[in-house]
Amino acid sequence: MSTEARTLPRVVLVDDHGLFRSGVRAEIGRQVEVVGEADDVGPAIDVIGRLVPDVVLLDVHLPGGGGQAVIAAVKRDHPEVRFLALSASDAPEDVIAVIRAGARGYVTKTISTSDLADAIQRVADGDAVFSHRLAGFVLDAFAASPSGQDVKPSFDPELDQLTSREREVLRLIAQGYTYKEIARELYISVKTVESHVSSVLRKLQLSSRHQLTRWAAERRLT
Amino acid sequence: MAGKGPAGDDSCVQQEPSQPPGPPFRVRDRHAWHGERDWQGRPDWRGRPRRWRRRGNGEPLRRDPEDRLAGGVAAGVGAWRGFSPTTVRIVFVVVALISQGWTIPVYLACWLLIPAKGAQANIWSRARHDSRGIALAVALGTVLLVLLGLASVLNAGLINTYGWQQVPSVAFLVLIWRNAPDSEQEAMRHLVEPLESLGGGQGTRRGLGIRLAVAVALLAAGFGWLLTSHESIALLRPLAGLILVTAGIVVLLGPWWLRIARDLVLERQARARAEERADISSRVHDSVLQTLALIQRHADDPQQIVQLARAQERELRSWLFEGRTLGDGDATTFVEGIRQIQRDVEARHGVPVEIVTVGDCPLDDDLNALLAAGREATVNAAKWSGARVISLYAEVEPEQVEVAVRDRGKGFDPDAVPSDRKGLAESIHGRMTRHGGSVTVQSAVGEGAKVTLTMPRSAASAEAKGGSRR
Repeated sequence: MSTEARTLPRVVLVDDHGLFRSGVRAEIGRQVEVVGEADDVGPAIDVIGRLVPDVVLLDVHLPGGGGQAVIAAVKRDHPEVRFLALSASDAPEDVIAVIRAGARGYVTKTISTSDLADAIQRVADGDAVFSHRLAGFVLDAFAASPSGQDVKPSFDPELDQLTSREREVLRLIAQGYTYKEIARELYISVKTVESHVSSVLRKLQLSSRHQLTRWAAERRLT
Repeated sequence: MAGKGPAGDDSCVQQEPSQPPGPPFRVRDRHAWHGERDWQGRPDWRGRPRRWRRRGNGEPLRRDPEDRLAGGVAAGVGAWRGFSPTTVRIVFVVVALISQGWTIPVYLACWLLIPAKGAQANIWSRARHDSRGIALAVALGTVLLVLLGLASVLNAGLINTYGWQQVPSVAFLVLIWRNAPDSEQEAMRHLVEPLESLGGGQGTRRGLGIRLAVAVALLAAGFGWLLTSHESIALLRPLAGLILVTAGIVVLLGPWWLRIARDLVLERQARARAEERADISSRVHDSVLQTLALIQRHADDPQQIVQLARAQERELRSWLFEGRTLGDGDATTFVEGIRQIQRDVEARHGVPVEIVTVGDCPLDDDLNALLAAGREATVNAAKWSGARVISLYAEVEPEQVEVAVRDRGKGFDPDAVPSDRKGLAESIHGRMTRHGGSVTVQSAVGEGAKVTLTMPRSAASAEAKGGSRR
């Protein structure tokens, strides 16, 4: 990902920990342009509405309601703003909630600086970003249900299952592969990998697969 | 008592008459003189009490809540006159039997009128401002009167003999209940519980009235039925009477019982919350604070700090988000086994292991072998690859279980590894093939390594999978 060739993405940080915000700002300040910060749902909606950034780095846990509240409020007026969810807890209910609310990706707070900058750039470009944990989660949630008793089909049955290629891609993400490594491993282009991931994201957001919710409720990401 | 006004004085006089007619106890001689006078002087007791009080033990008569069965009156009288409270109590009971229950209202009146030890005023001084309490007392007394009237019309001898005296008892009880200090109320709860539903009513006044009316009607009808059924031959009538009486009691006491049950639940919840809080704080102390202390002491050793922080993070995570304690017990499911590998390798080799698991299933022999091979592969990577982090991926599928151990370390040429090198050869290859699994090693110098272990699932464990998959 050559970030140098493009204009820097404009980013708003939303996190209730001031220390974390300043840390992230210091770390990725050169790879992205941090235009604003907010520490809660209300201020975040304000700042984002005013600045209309490319990407919002959004903590899943905010005191005045979850991150999904911010997404829901902003999506109405500024559908072009993209969200990258960031969480320390990995509680699947929260993660699945922000993803389904419309976040383009999810990473853990332990992510390295370069990976974070990379992820922000990717989201700014309209691609999806899955951490290895989220990939494992999606695989698990979409796992073939042998009995099939709990599956309430969506209008579009294609939304309810992953193609074998998508599963392969997710499996490699879960093993910590980068997109570039995945492309090499599967003999496909990085662009194809990205499109697979985006399609998984779409399924994740749109599928009414009953198991998805149940899975999130029952299981905790580690 | 001197300063407490006529009410206080009355009480000690009322107290006295119940005692002298008692059987010839050891105390009788001392007691008899004023008892006798009291007994005789009853019609005009209002004028007399002051004279005897000076003969007391110096202390004014006070109820003793410390040593009480009900209101502490007997204990107070005992202390006042120098008897053992038990003696006084026996006298009370015997007199109650002889006097057809008259001691009970007298006792309650004393309770109402004698101040408790250390208290400034008696209960009556509060009760007389409690208009609702008085109204209730009168209402209850009236209710009882009506019942007794009904009973006497029906010619029930026992009720006629013992019932009427308790009309003031009920009224006194209500007043005491509503106006006693908190500490006394707590202890009284056992004695007067049923009346609380009437006196302390949480419901509206109208609801209370309706309930009372219904209950009285049911009770009256029921008692009437029961009492007249002596002459009746029909066996069903006593039954109907019993049902009516039961219904009346339920209507009367149901809300009280419900409230007790609810209080119990609330109390249990509060206790659970308190325990949880204690658990959290002890957890934070035992693990987080200890780790922070360790980190401060190892401030000059970044490797150690990362390791400590990592271990603590993992422990906290598994406690917070998986609701389980991080014990060293044997794993019973595949994912637990994978977590154990993560823990052990991180602890022993100081290299973070990122795990992602998909699905889960119970362990069997084959899967134990797979775990052992996976552990060996992870340890190898931690020891030799020099990678910053090792990724351990495990997926349980219907037909097979796969474990992939991957690092971005220096890598090696799989073909160049001598076949006698034990780690890869025996521990991994040998183990997997013995159990019908397979091993794939992908690596090149400078490109990291990936060891993929695949174990087919036995029929039994595959069958159990449906339920175990989360």
